[in-house]
Amino acid sequence: MTLFMNKHLNKMMVASGILIVIGLLFLFLGFTNIRNITFIVATIVAIGPILVRAFNALMVKSFSIELLISIAVIAALLIQEYTEAAVVSFLFLFGAYLEKRTLEKTSQSIQSLLEMEPMVAYKLINGEEVEIDVDDVEIGDHLIVRPGSQVPVDGIVVNGSAQMNEAAITGESVTRHKMKDDEVFSGTIIENGYLEIEATKIGADSTFSKIIELVEDATSSKSKTEKFLNKFAQYYTPSVVVLSILVYFITKNVHLAITFLVIACPGALIIGAPVAYVAGLGNASKKSVLIKGGAIIDQFAKVKTVIFDKTGTLTEGKPSVTRIHSLTDIKEEQLLKEVAAVERVSEHHLGRTIIEEAVKRGLDINIPVVDMTAIKARGVSGVIDDMKYLIGNERLMTENNVPITNDTLELYENEQKLGQTVMFISKDSEIVGLISIMDKIKSDAKATIDYLRNQGVEKIVMLTGDNYFAAEKVSEILGIDEFHAELLPEDKLNYIENEQKTNRTLMVGDGINDAPALAMSNVGLAIGHKGTDIAMETADVVLMGERLRNVAYGFALSKQTFNIMIQNTAVALLTVVLLLFGVIYGYIHLASGMLIHELSILVVILNAMRLMRYNDRENVHKNVEFKEDSFV
Amino acid sequence: MIRTQLTTDTLTCPSCIKKIETGLKSIEGVDTVDVNFNVSRVKINHSDQVTADELKERVEKLGYPVKSVRTTA
Repeated sequence: MTLFMNKHLNKMMVASGILIVIGLLFLFLGFTNIRNITFIVATIVAIGPILVRAFNALMVKSFSIELLISIAVIAALLIQEYTEAAVVSFLFLFGAYLEKRTLEKTSQSIQSLLEMEPMVAYKLINGEEVEIDVDDVEIGDHLIVRPGSQVPVDGIVVNGSAQMNEAAITGESVTRHKMKDDEVFSGTIIENGYLEIEATKIGADSTFSKIIELVEDATSSKSKTEKFLNKFAQYYTPSVVVLSILVYFITKNVHLAITFLVIACPGALIIGAPVAYVAGLGNASKKSVLIKGGAIIDQFAKVKTVIFDKTGTLTEGKPSVTRIHSLTDIKEEQLLKEVAAVERVSEHHLGRTIIEEAVKRGLDINIPVVDMTAIKARGVSGVIDDMKYLIGNERLMTENNVPITNDTLELYENEQKLGQTVMFISKDSEIVGLISIMDKIKSDAKATIDYLRNQGVEKIVMLTGDNYFAAEKVSEILGIDEFHAELLPEDKLNYIENEQKTNRTLMVGDGINDAPALAMSNVGLAIGHKGTDIAMETADVVLMGERLRNVAYGFALSKQTFNIMIQNTAVALLTVVLLLFGVIYGYIHLASGMLIHELSILVVILNAMRLMRYNDRENVHKNVEFKEDSFV
Repeated sequence: MIRTQLTTDTLTCPSCIKKIETGLKSIEGVDTVDVNFNVSRVKINHSDQVTADELKERVEKLGYPVKSVRTTA
């Protein structure tokens, strides 16, 4: 019965509409009896599906809007208001139809994301290619991916090379080249080339499945406002029935009582907020800005303080050697070669940076070193040709009684003031050189910060474990209000906790080592999907791409979504109040009340649809100049 | 535990959620039902006592055409 009604809903709606038109013709021609019969038939056709829904909802003990309409229409028939009965039930169906069509539009971007989920994979079995369901792929399977098709699961390239479009994951439409040993992600598409991959993450663990899971959960998690409105509607609907009965007993006017029933329907009130959130979340997901639901949007929109991690967030996180200062007559390259050889023992990223530089310059660093040791938080030591090398920070030098001359110290401090991280090289207790390493500021960092400020962020803070001078330099270039350097992870937590006492905070990190800070902050935002698992779980907002500017985009969009949610709620409340007065003063009757009610629903949906087109591009170019490749 | 995901026609009324939940939970072997209104998807965790087809049939009987079914063990 229900299925039949749902399948033929549109036909019934059209039929009742046509009948109403015919009825109106008879009305003008003066055939009162035929007119009445036509309207009664129109009402019966249209009320069918409404009654079925009202009944179904009652079965699960919920009072639906359909119930209010059913009561009103039946009562209207009883008091022989056939025209009104027909028009009200038709308008309700037509309104529901438009509602469905527009609602589908608002969740379109999310739907299309869900539909992009890979379904099939081509597996290599004994050299033969077999099509299998993506759910049947197992870890270690060798799969073939051809041009134009999607990578079905996450994997490592074992053969071939290709230009990949990773927009499904990162939201950025730049192609990336992938070859042997590179990681590829499910949902990305080969533009040209050919790949054989070995599956590493399958099913729900693959990157694309995680995105989908996250987006789905986001759309079903309710914000405080939504929860309140749902609760409200639960009590509101039955109390409207009670009130309209009261109206009848007081006025003895059935027409007034049922008009009251119809206009008090909480339609726009119930749909106004969710529709705004869904449209906003959908827009964000197109840019691969994953926001975990309406509650987060509310929080995000009210952020006053934005806290950035430095390394890997404001900077590339890929330091490089900028200068090698030889203080003796040893050649620069020779020095680098020996330092890199000793650094082989280091697990620190600065050590790796030095090795990379040596390899890049084509130096052979495989020279014999004895007694290689890594000294925690200080540096490394090792012996080459009976000469003892110490490479590391100032502390390493003083603790080993290596004298630092004033000239060297001055050079060291000057380099630091440029934002460099500087390491000493000592050979048999004499300083023979310095190595400066730096991390490039992301090209869109300045634009992001300016844009955030433009959108009403009051305070921008940078927290880092790095040295004071490096932090100061970055802070100066980017125009940051406040920075704290040489922090331990718990210092960051303390800072956030303290700041939250006065301001709503947004913590932005790369999600690899700042998960606790992301979790502590009112809103935690992780950039990049490299730190996938922890970041995606603890952060409230995940940027799948690398673009820092999307932090500001997410903020602006959340603000806009929040505003539209408030507007919608206001429109809904205002409509109810206006209708109420209209009815009391006799301006509004059953059919016109229904029309205005349905119109208010359409207004809130259309208002929310503005969020789908929301784009910040113009704002950015107007207000903020991009600064390319600024160096620290 | 088997996980089945049904994609239905666009759901329009919030009371649909309750109806589908109650309807599916009454089947022996169904553990959890999660109806996502905004994307019109129903996720069901259930034992092998129930087949995906039975679940689909029940949802259709409740009045919601099912567009696709996906099962993972």
